[in-house]
Amino acid sequence: MAALFWFALLAATAVHAQVKKTVHHSSLKATMARGKVVYNSICLACHMADGNGVPTMNPPIVKTEYVLGDKTRLIKIVLNGFKEDVQINGQSFSNNMTPHKDLTDRQIADVLTFVRKSFGNKAGPVSALEVKKVRASNI
Amino acid sequence: MKKILVFLLPVFAAIGLIVFNACKNAPATGTNAADNAGLTIPAGFTATAIAEHLGSPRHMVITPQNDLYVHLAGPKNGKGILVLHLDGNKASLKTSFATFGGTGIAIKNGYLYASDNTEVYRYKLNDQNQVINPDQPEKIVTGLLSRRMHEPKAICLDNDGNIYVNVGAYSNICSDFDPNKTGCPIIDSAAGIWQFKVDKPNQTYGDGVHYAWGLRNVVGLDWNQQDNQLFVMQHGRDALHDLFPNLYTVHQSAELPAECMFAIKKGDNAGWPYVYYDWMQNKNMLGPEYGGDGKKGADPKYINPVAAYPGHYAPDGLLFYTGNQFPEKYKNGAFIAFHGSWNRAPEPQAGYCVVFQPFKDGKPDGKWEVFADGFAGPVKTPNGAAHRPCGLAQGPDGSLYVSDDQGGTIYKITYNK
Repeated sequence: MAALFWFALLAATAVHAQVKKTVHHSSLKATMARGKVVYNSICLACHMADGNGVPTMNPPIVKTEYVLGDKTRLIKIVLNGFKEDVQINGQSFSNNMTPHKDLTDRQIADVLTFVRKSFGNKAGPVSALEVKKVRASNI
Repeated sequence: MKKILVFLLPVFAAIGLIVFNACKNAPATGTNAADNAGLTIPAGFTATAIAEHLGSPRHMVITPQNDLYVHLAGPKNGKGILVLHLDGNKASLKTSFATFGGTGIAIKNGYLYASDNTEVYRYKLNDQNQVINPDQPEKIVTGLLSRRMHEPKAICLDNDGNIYVNVGAYSNICSDFDPNKTGCPIIDSAAGIWQFKVDKPNQTYGDGVHYAWGLRNVVGLDWNQQDNQLFVMQHGRDALHDLFPNLYTVHQSAELPAECMFAIKKGDNAGWPYVYYDWMQNKNMLGPEYGGDGKKGADPKYINPVAAYPGHYAPDGLLFYTGNQFPEKYKNGAFIAFHGSWNRAPEPQAGYCVVFQPFKDGKPDGKWEVFADGFAGPVKTPNGAAHRPCGLAQGPDGSLYVSDDQGGTIYKITYNK
């Protein structure tokens, strides 16, 4: 049963390119489900299943300004990776994040919407159009 | 109720006197774990938390006068090194000093050595092994690379006037610096062990000896007096499945590569980033970035480990036990503090324990065993763990001390004769 569920989600992700034009009409529930698939396959290894990250190494994505704040900055982090020496919630983190330019606009929108609405986060969704614009102006 | 928990009495930092008082404050569960400060240890041993909430205590060293020097990852109240006086199951803060946090700390021949992420300092000690001039350390090594990842510089001394310093790779597997796989360019000044003189000021890379190569990151290291040889614990690479999903399953990626113990001779190369060790096949493997497929072995010019442990356990402390208190089987064997994994997700995390590795004639002999467990508590994740083992030290009476850089606890483990 569980396997079937995952297969269905993976299949949905695999074919999303063909249905891109209709997907933006999909419900938030569907977006969250797709976002979770991307999260589990790309992000979870470092940011952990609960989004709390790893102390001193991988930052939390729970209630941080980086996640809840400016969407352009957040989209750029996914596109370009992150290796700046910054403090996040008072702690610094040593591991670099790899760029994920290979993800589609829709996948990035889905996963960022998922992250901004999971782990106790309550922030607005990110649309594929927003990702597309940032990607176009991204240097 | 049994005597267990320890709490901090009011602190008068200006006076420099903090007392960590053992008191009766244990949950009345009556279980073995609760009776040993929450740890599970072999029958006949007792564990006590002798200090708590110290910040992030990393490596430690104990003098014959029962003073414990502990290095904090970052300074607390402006001080990076604490001195606790040990008296039975109590520890009282004698003094604190050093403006820098860090991991490495060691004592040899009248000097205390301590490192931050780029430098190694030393302090002269008096005949009671107390620091004479805590505000004016002598800088003996300077300018070591520190580029965010694997920054701590662990240290260890031999019997011939040399100090060994780890410089970790500032990369998981060098992909970011070697995109065309022509050879990793960072290994001339990182991912290795450097040997310096203990008494020469301001040494840089050029003054030292590039003693061992191809070690991704070493935090636990110790000098084996039986072999008169350096032993190190390597943190193995991450993300075999994430980077090569067609070659490695999620489960293989959680278990591989091994965390390795190496017996190091001058000039040895352990092979990072080209090589990893598969503890299930007992084989040095060619890394997938450089043509490996999970089956191809590595070039035999790279050294093999002398012992191997499951993936991502994160060995942060290594100590050869030379005391007389513990049963005979522990004598000259190795204790390893495993900080605990993060790179096993989505599989459950593991490690968060102190392991004993039996030795015979200066070499690992027989299967390792978990010696102390239960540090993490109910949530075994890097963020949720209550405690994470880091440093190890041996007291003059042969007791074993374990530091925890997550909860700030120092544990004392004794054998009840």
